[in-house]
Amino acid sequence: MSTLVNFKIDGVDCLAEAGIYLVEAAAENGIYIPTLCNIQGVKPRGACRICTVMVNGRPMTACTTPVTMGMEIQNDTPEINDIRKAIIEVLFVEGNHFCPSCEKSGCCELQALAYRFRVMVPRFPFLFPRREVDASNPKIIKDHNRCILCKRCIRAIKTEDGKNIFAYKKRGIELEIIIDPELGGKITDELAQKSVDICPVGALLPREKAYQVPIGRRKYDIEPIGIEDEKK
Amino acid sequence: MATTVQNIIKKYNKDKTRLMDILIDVQSDQGYISKESISKIAAELDISHVDVEQTMSFYHFFSDKPTGKYAIYLNDSAVSNMMGRQKVKETLEKETGIAFGQVTRDGLIGLFDTSCIGMNDQEPAALINGHVFNNLTPFRVKEIIRDIKEGKPVEQMYTSAYGDGENRNVLVKTVVQNNIQKKGPILSEDYIPGIVIWKKLPQMTPEQVIEEVKKSNMRGRGGAGFPTGLKWEFCRKAKGEKKYIFCNADEGEPGTFKDRVILTERPKLLFEGMVIAAYAVGADEGIAYVRHEYKYLKNYLENLLQGARERNLLGKNIGGIEGFDFDIRIQFGAGAYVCGEESALIESAEGKRGEPRDRPPFPVEKGYLDMPTVVNNVETLCSVVKVILNGGEWYSKFGTKDSSGTKLLSISGDCKYPGVYEVEWGFSVSDMLEMVGADEENIQAVQVGGPSGSLIGPDEFDRTLCFADLATGGSLIIIGNHRDLLTDIVLNFTEFFVEESCGSCSTCRNIPYLMKLKLEKILDARGVPQDLKDLEEWGKILKFSRCGLGQTAGNPILSSLRNFRHLYEGKIQMDKEYDSEFDMSQAVKASCEAAGRVPILN
Ligand SMILES: Cc1cc2nc3c(=O)[nH]c(=O)nc-3n(C[C@H](O)[C@H](O)[C@H](O)COP(=O)(O)O)c2cc1C
Ligand code: SF4
Ligand code: SF4
Ligand code: FES
Ligand code: FES
Repeated sequence: MSTLVNFKIDGVDCLAEAGIYLVEAAAENGIYIPTLCNIQGVKPRGACRICTVMVNGRPMTACTTPVTMGMEIQNDTPEINDIRKAIIEVLFVEGNHFCPSCEKSGCCELQALAYRFRVMVPRFPFLFPRREVDASNPKIIKDHNRCILCKRCIRAIKTEDGKNIFAYKKRGIELEIIIDPELGGKITDELAQKSVDICPVGALLPREKAYQVPIGRRKYDIEPIGIEDEKK
Repeated sequence: MATTVQNIIKKYNKDKTRLMDILIDVQSDQGYISKESISKIAAELDISHVDVEQTMSFYHFFSDKPTGKYAIYLNDSAVSNMMGRQKVKETLEKETGIAFGQVTRDGLIGLFDTSCIGMNDQEPAALINGHVFNNLTPFRVKEIIRDIKEGKPVEQMYTSAYGDGENRNVLVKTVVQNNIQKKGPILSEDYIPGIVIWKKLPQMTPEQVIEEVKKSNMRGRGGAGFPTGLKWEFCRKAKGEKKYIFCNADEGEPGTFKDRVILTERPKLLFEGMVIAAYAVGADEGIAYVRHEYKYLKNYLENLLQGARERNLLGKNIGGIEGFDFDIRIQFGAGAYVCGEESALIESAEGKRGEPRDRPPFPVEKGYLDMPTVVNNVETLCSVVKVILNGGEWYSKFGTKDSSGTKLLSISGDCKYPGVYEVEWGFSVSDMLEMVGADEENIQAVQVGGPSGSLIGPDEFDRTLCFADLATGGSLIIIGNHRDLLTDIVLNFTEFFVEESCGSCSTCRNIPYLMKLKLEKILDARGVPQDLKDLEEWGKILKFSRCGLGQTAGNPILSSLRNFRHLYEGKIQMDKEYDSEFDMSQAVKASCEAAGRVPILN
């Protein structure tokens, strides 16, 4: 049996099943909390920090925090939105994102969020790091230039016996994604496709397949990110 | 080689949660962890190759390349630099003919930087194959390198007498000094090991123990200051088949070294504290997570645990209490400051990367192996023994109203008597300066609570050390007038955070680095007023980070901007509004050189 709890987002009374994550609880009430590293159905990992809201005055990530009775949540405020915008900007400057030449353009969640938050010029200097493209895998091309280190691939893609195919390497600004040489080499077509689909940006791309949907008719060309939740 | 790796894996029963221990042993046996070793470990533990690689590549003391027969890790903390690190470094490079980050051609010597090793009161200091060499001078470096070239074992390279107290113990034999300058209830010799276990625990229920700790108003000494009694109560009430007690001896905050002194001089007190905690929450297993830099204490500590088992202070039916079983193992880290964060500590002890977890759930509900877990600082656990021995009320009489008891302070920098001081809460910074032999007139600043704490100037020296005012995990770094505050302290600390971020938050991975670049620009006299505003604004973004590391990583810059703004203003071009950050002369340098022309830039 599920219990319902009352809580407030930006002063609006909301109702949701106790214990579900704040992002979902908000969506059920027609409120959009921006997310980037989160994917439904997979254990959350507050990596991107974009979904941060203030819960009773303290910053908490909405994708990892379960809703409880009486929570007072601030979400759509100028201060919070400015930090979210800064996070989007920082993700652009830490990598090399040349959207016009990217196969994911139009389906890229980072790009879509940048439009939604009206990012013009980032407030930070571009770092232009030297990053490599790894084409050693038979089915997936990994472009570290575009990786935002969201951990989706690590969390969602496992072998049948539950082993990791993707992992982090190093730490801090040197952090990167690595693909297991052996398990990655044997990855099934289905799993390879799933990794590509799950990557929010153009960091994981399929081999020998591109531009199957023309630019202009892609997901976020048709409807900006976040509208779906707000229409509920 | 393959057989040693095989044996190491066997020693830990092919248990993947012991991956840290396996990697530590392979690294120490072979000087590095080769691709073949990784494959072997992955196959035997039945995990993927990248799983081993992701743990291994996280820690500073694991290397995928040989680190030399003698691997020298020279401390790069602010105080080490203040005490003459640069000359030591230059001498090391000159005598070996290599730069830092390299290994000599013959594979004999490797030179590496490392974050604070917990020896701030005896800097410059280095670790050579895990052995501490303190108070280094260029002359001493020459001796050391000569000894190495003659092939002397590291243990025979000490020229001075061993340090004080238990540093001389046959199982320790190190030159490290305790420098205990002031004793109180914790450091006092007046302690009979096991007394609480024999005399008190059998008379008390676990609930009474928790009640007594609550009565003492004891708050955690690891930095966050969470009430200890409450933490234990949460864990006692949490559901779980097994419960765990962790001692946090990761002590990585630069400038802090008091836990090292406790581990050396009062380890029995600490272990007794863990037993009390176990009794209170109903745990049967304890893990003392000790930072890699203190590995020279391994045999000593393990021998004491063995002694405790023989005396029924650990093991089954402890102290004659029917059904009270508890044992302790020591888990070493491998060089990562963030592992001091309690959930990262737990991840690391499970053999994984030291990435903090998302909270809730908190460790008291879901900790080690997802079971309810108490994580307490070394000093907290020691204090608890005295609380149970003498009563919560007795304890609460020490200190101030909101901060009861005593605090061990690690004091270093520009003062006559650096070392460990056990004082009651409630003294002012001025009192401390007087106590350690620092003339206030010659002091421009004091860093309270390490890089994540605050940098204060003379106008705030009357502030008091307590949770309500200047809370501190216990370190004070004293900075004389002759220091370059922004370069020696603020830049060094900011670099420390850049180095130590686990990287999993977008904010903490990038913002400190971007702030560091901006600080360097200002120090390079290229700054404009807007840069100071940017730093303040960017600092706010860090509040959206997951753990305390990211949340405080801007503090060195932010607190110096607040309290020492004039130093920044003296460096920037005050009259210039705008800065394109584009350097024309740099941009055309190569082409001008090629063309043999001198550019006209105005
Ligand atoms: C980045 C970071 C590093 C920390 N390092 C330590 C440490 O070295 N030792 C420690 O006891 N606590 C450290 N802490 C605090 C722990 O997370 C935790 O609060 C503490 O161990 C709890 O023990 P206590 O309640 O006895 O203070 C650290 C926290 C953070 C965020
Ligand atoms: S490769 Fe894609 S899914 Fe994986 S961490 Fe990078 S951005 Fe995320
Ligand atoms: S704040 Fe920094 S150290 Fe802490 S979890 Fe986030 S990235 Fe890791
Ligand atoms: S969506 Fe919550 S932290 Fe990324
Ligand atoms: S469009 Fe943003 S990464 Fe490709």
